[in-house]
Amino acid sequence: MSMEEGTRTSVLFERPRALEPVRMHYCPGCTHGIVHRLVAEVMDELDLAERAVGIASVGCAVFAYNYFACDMVEAAHGRAPAVAVGVKRVRPDLFVFTYQGDGDLAAIGIAETIHAAARADNISIVFVNNAVFGMTGGQMAPTTLPGMKTSTTPYGRDPKAAGNPIRVCELLSALDGPAYLARVSVTNPQRVREAKRAIRKAFEAQLKGLGFSLVEVLSTCPTRWAMPPQKALKWLDDNMAAYYPIKEFVVAEGLLEEK
Amino acid sequence: MAIRRGERILMRGNEAIAQAALDAGCRAYFGYPITPQNQIPEYFAAHMPEVGGVFIQAESEVAAINMVYGAAAAGVRAMTTSSSPGISLKQEGLSYMAESELPCVVVNIMRGGSGLGNIAPAQADYFQAVKGGGHGDYRTLVFAGWSVQELYDLTRDSFDIADRYRNPVMVLGDALLGQMMEPIILPQDVIDPDDLPPKPWATNGAKGRPRNIINSLYIDPADLEQVNLRLQARYDEAARREVRYAGEHLEGARLALIAYGTAARVSISAVEEGRAAGLPVGLFRPISLYPFPSREIAALAEQVEAILVVELSLGQLVEDVRLAVEGRCPVHLYGLSGGIVPTPAEVLQKIEPLMAETRA
Ligand SMILES: Cc1ncc(C[n+]2csc(CCOP(=O)(O)OP(=O)(O)O)c2C)c(N)n1
Ligand code: SF4
Repeated sequence: MSMEEGTRTSVLFERPRALEPVRMHYCPGCTHGIVHRLVAEVMDELDLAERAVGIASVGCAVFAYNYFACDMVEAAHGRAPAVAVGVKRVRPDLFVFTYQGDGDLAAIGIAETIHAAARADNISIVFVNNAVFGMTGGQMAPTTLPGMKTSTTPYGRDPKAAGNPIRVCELLSALDGPAYLARVSVTNPQRVREAKRAIRKAFEAQLKGLGFSLVEVLSTCPTRWAMPPQKALKWLDDNMAAYYPIKEFVVAEGLLEEK
Repeated sequence: MAIRRGERILMRGNEAIAQAALDAGCRAYFGYPITPQNQIPEYFAAHMPEVGGVFIQAESEVAAINMVYGAAAAGVRAMTTSSSPGISLKQEGLSYMAESELPCVVVNIMRGGSGLGNIAPAQADYFQAVKGGGHGDYRTLVFAGWSVQELYDLTRDSFDIADRYRNPVMVLGDALLGQMMEPIILPQDVIDPDDLPPKPWATNGAKGRPRNIINSLYIDPADLEQVNLRLQARYDEAARREVRYAGEHLEGARLALIAYGTAARVSISAVEEGRAAGLPVGLFRPISLYPFPSREIAALAEQVEAILVVELSLGQLVEDVRLAVEGRCPVHLYGLSGGIVPTPAEVLQKIEPLMAETRA
């Protein structure tokens, strides 16, 4: 019996409406795809697609404008928060989010990030921290762990020569502007559910006009880490999650769940 | 503040530029302080709230131009201003905006360069302005005024031109023009942004229409070539429609000075003194620097015996003049640098020997 004959009574799983029905270019096992899906699911739940403007950044997620089924702007490397601020300030009725990697956000774009947060600009940032520059071939990122090998730290990152990693959520926690800051990961179903809840809270912070929100998603880059996807997930749990604590850093009062 | 319109009032160049933007329906300004243009952000900080617009003192010129990018993408008339070093920082953003086909107006109140230079009047950013400035195969349309009134008029028109060509437009002034006060008449009519034609390409929420994408990434060279050819076609159209220039005392002139902005203001005094002394000398003043009035300068070169380019830079404008003249007559250069502005007498001293040559 074929599906068309009408036996389907309820949909158990389908593509979120906020994701275009196209093939993604991400490597097998890359967690960018999971994060895209979570963002799209939350957009569906909050019915945002028709009033959303997404800002794609320069990194492996540059093609995000092909994937999110809403108006999209592709920004210069590191400038997504400034572009988002430009959109949001002239059209506060729109829902504006950026999707950025760690090179984009924490290296070249750290100034735009900090100042958008300090101004309490009412935008939401989805920050994918995979500890490397994925797109350009796996070079060191500001978030590369001490000792971690990358193509520009072939002997392992030596903090004396190459500096120390930046913990973005902790850094931004020092500011008064953020309404919601959380670090999550997507290495198992439980973590994925938590990540989605965090993204939803971040988006709600904007919808409630509470100010800047950012969710840092610890993410794998199996290709540049030169690991099979399963091993990459375990490596993340064992190493990245140890250096970058998974937790909520700032939750504005207006976001606290009603008991 | 009720501003008086339709009658002569005194205004500073920088303030006239800001008022022109407000009158053109600009409702978003993003900038970072730098002398000698600080009265522009200060004017917006005071007056943008009166019209319900957005003013942000950004964390850098880089951030400011990218905020302009976002506001323009959302379909709002947006502007940033700066002076030379800050304009350098905006070039990446301008390149992205041109390739993404986004309109905006940028004002450069030029100061002495290179490097930190100084805050004196200069025109050394000519190449940067008219040849592209940032990376890639794009142009900004560039206009240069020589009075407070003209800066007002050009800034105001620039918003229409930017929208028409979906391209950044740059207005050039300098430390002198930005700081000086002159009489100006503000027109009675001002543009209400709600009356402007809709921008169906804007990313402002895909309600009841297919989604819009604003982007400058085209992996396939054939696709990128298509975009660049489209931009080029617009620049060709601008060359047909937007060329602006003015001529003074050119009838019967045997020597023509060519200068813009402050250099033109000094030159006109020299020309008038020369004429009073019986010298057949005139002034041709390009107002659009890109598109450049090449055809008009070629025609001028047929009519005069020699051309003297006066510029506050060491040989930038003169290159475009020579390209236009194509050897029809000798082209001489009086270039000054570092923020030095010549006196009319100094310009006249350059004119006199050239006049003697043309007579010989
Ligand atoms: C101004 C500029 N500098 C450098 C680059 C090259 N570049 C492209 S992506 C990238 C880093 C991307 O890393 P990240 O943001 O961590 O994203 P990922 O690819 O890991 O998802 C760099 C340096 C660029 N496009 N523009
Ligand atoms: S290079 Fe890394 S971050 Fe980029 S798509 Fe591949 S796995 Fe993902």
